[in-house]
Amino acid sequence: MNARLDVIKTCKLFIGGAFPRTESGRSRPILDGDDRVIAHACVASRKDLRNAVEAARKAAPAWLNASAYLRGQILYRMAEMLEGRRDEFANAIATTTDATPAKARKEVEQSVDRLVRFAGWSDKFQQILGCQNPVNGPYYNFTVPQPTGITGVLAPSTPSLLALVTLIAGPLCAGCTVVAVASEDTPLPAVLLSEICATSDVPAGTVNILTGQRAELIEPMASHREIAAINGANLTPSQRTGIQSAAADNLKRVHLAKHTEDQWEDDELVASPWNIEPFVESKTIWHPSAT
Amino acid sequence: MQPGRNHLVDSVMVKQRAAAFTKRSIKTEAKSSGLRLAISMLDLTTLEGKDSPEKVRSLCRKALRPYEGTIDPPIPSVAAVCVYPSHVRTAAKVLAGTGVNVASVATGFPSGQYPLEVRLRDVTAAVEAGADEIDMVINRGAFLAGRHSEVAEEIRQVWQACEGAHLKIILETGELETYDNVRRASDLAIEAVDSSGVLKDGDVFIKTSTGKISPAATMPVTLIMLEAIRDHYLDTGVRIGMKPAGGIKTAKQALHYLVMVKETLGDEWLTPDLFRFGASSLTNDLLRQLLKGITGQYMAMHDFSEA
Repeated sequence: MNARLDVIKTCKLFIGGAFPRTESGRSRPILDGDDRVIAHACVASRKDLRNAVEAARKAAPAWLNASAYLRGQILYRMAEMLEGRRDEFANAIATTTDATPAKARKEVEQSVDRLVRFAGWSDKFQQILGCQNPVNGPYYNFTVPQPTGITGVLAPSTPSLLALVTLIAGPLCAGCTVVAVASEDTPLPAVLLSEICATSDVPAGTVNILTGQRAELIEPMASHREIAAINGANLTPSQRTGIQSAAADNLKRVHLAKHTEDQWEDDELVASPWNIEPFVESKTIWHPSAT
Repeated sequence: MQPGRNHLVDSVMVKQRAAAFTKRSIKTEAKSSGLRLAISMLDLTTLEGKDSPEKVRSLCRKALRPYEGTIDPPIPSVAAVCVYPSHVRTAAKVLAGTGVNVASVATGFPSGQYPLEVRLRDVTAAVEAGADEIDMVINRGAFLAGRHSEVAEEIRQVWQACEGAHLKIILETGELETYDNVRRASDLAIEAVDSSGVLKDGDVFIKTSTGKISPAATMPVTLIMLEAIRDHYLDTGVRIGMKPAGGIKTAKQALHYLVMVKETLGDEWLTPDLFRFGASSLTNDLLRQLLKGITGQYMAMHDFSEA
């Protein structure tokens, strides 16, 4: 009678810095390569999405007003925490996807590096996206980027961790708070990523992660008037059209990419200031010049 | 009620009973009519040192037309606007003839720590300036010191000074320490006004809080006060009104309170003449939920006017 029972983690949502179960009470099994159930993931409802947006709205002023330097530090802290749990993440990816252990490990390392890259950009993209404008008069005229607002993230199925990290980090870097819908097929890495957020000085509500069915959550996300931008990837043509028409109501910034697995590894393509630019608005300020 | 009858409150049961009202499922048409009813019961309130005439006017406009857009049937106006006495004239000017009342806090709100003559003058001034309703605070110091007859006498004098204006008696339950005291203060306030002449339904309200003290309105405290109102109604046939104030911020909470009123006092009390919410930020959440039901779309806070 010495056999020990495994203590299996309950996978929950991540809303407002807490880990609630879905209000709908629904879940679906997460299977390993041999189709054995290793966990159950919450299937978030539109009410969970609404709650997540409330949390993101509460968190928005503090994140917006945090200095760019601090936002960079926090993104770097996420990288540190992820680095420390590489094995667990690689294991989660290798167990629940087709990836080999080596490929899974590489994806985790790239995710760490991706966070570091955005951490670096967070107090530098302003120099690329902002400018000083020549004007006819004794004035300086500056254009500075400001965060757009709450951003909804729709992560593709694969790569389940790297794509999610990339899509979240861009808006975070811009100063937006995020409500993310994780990979529908392999949500386990996203569940672990919420633990990274919870332990790396990311203020509660700044990042909210839901697991569930993309098709169910797209409509309420796209039509929610509090959400100001959407960052999604690899959606079907009808999903893209649906998002664009619902988003038109409150003039959301809609940024929908289509990338192959290899392209997610390309820093220049998916992690440059041009991946931050869709989530900023330009503010122009006049200032009298000294001369 | 019989003099000297002392109601003791079972605090475990009152909490459990109050929590039970939050378990009701209210959906679709019931929800939408509940939200509309809650809007019509609002006392839109601004009680800040920095209140200005324009802030009060803007609050009055919000009271008359809570939502700028058009929906069918139209969203009702709120019940009253609640301000400090110095802003009563401003509010009365905007609200005259609209059916929305002007309520004024008085009697040295929120502390009530002033000589009685000053507190009574405060009431008279507010009534003369055009207040339809007076929100008075009881003398908590005297109440807690056991000088109950003094508190009752002061309430009687304030009620006389109201001269036809409706009176809401603020018990400031957050300072009364125990549930027993809440019940005792409710009975005392109701008896004080009842003993000074014939009361009509809705002439007098009892109100939980000033909104300046935490905790403000809670469901158990409101339930105790509703029970005092019920017992008085069963004894005399007169309907006293109820106003929870402060701390009710979400539409869901408001619906819970309406359920509690319905299940404690019955449908007769589900009218702005007998039940009010003292709140300001609640308005936009009620509107947000109402519009969600109509449009199917989640609204943003910035879709609604402030104030």
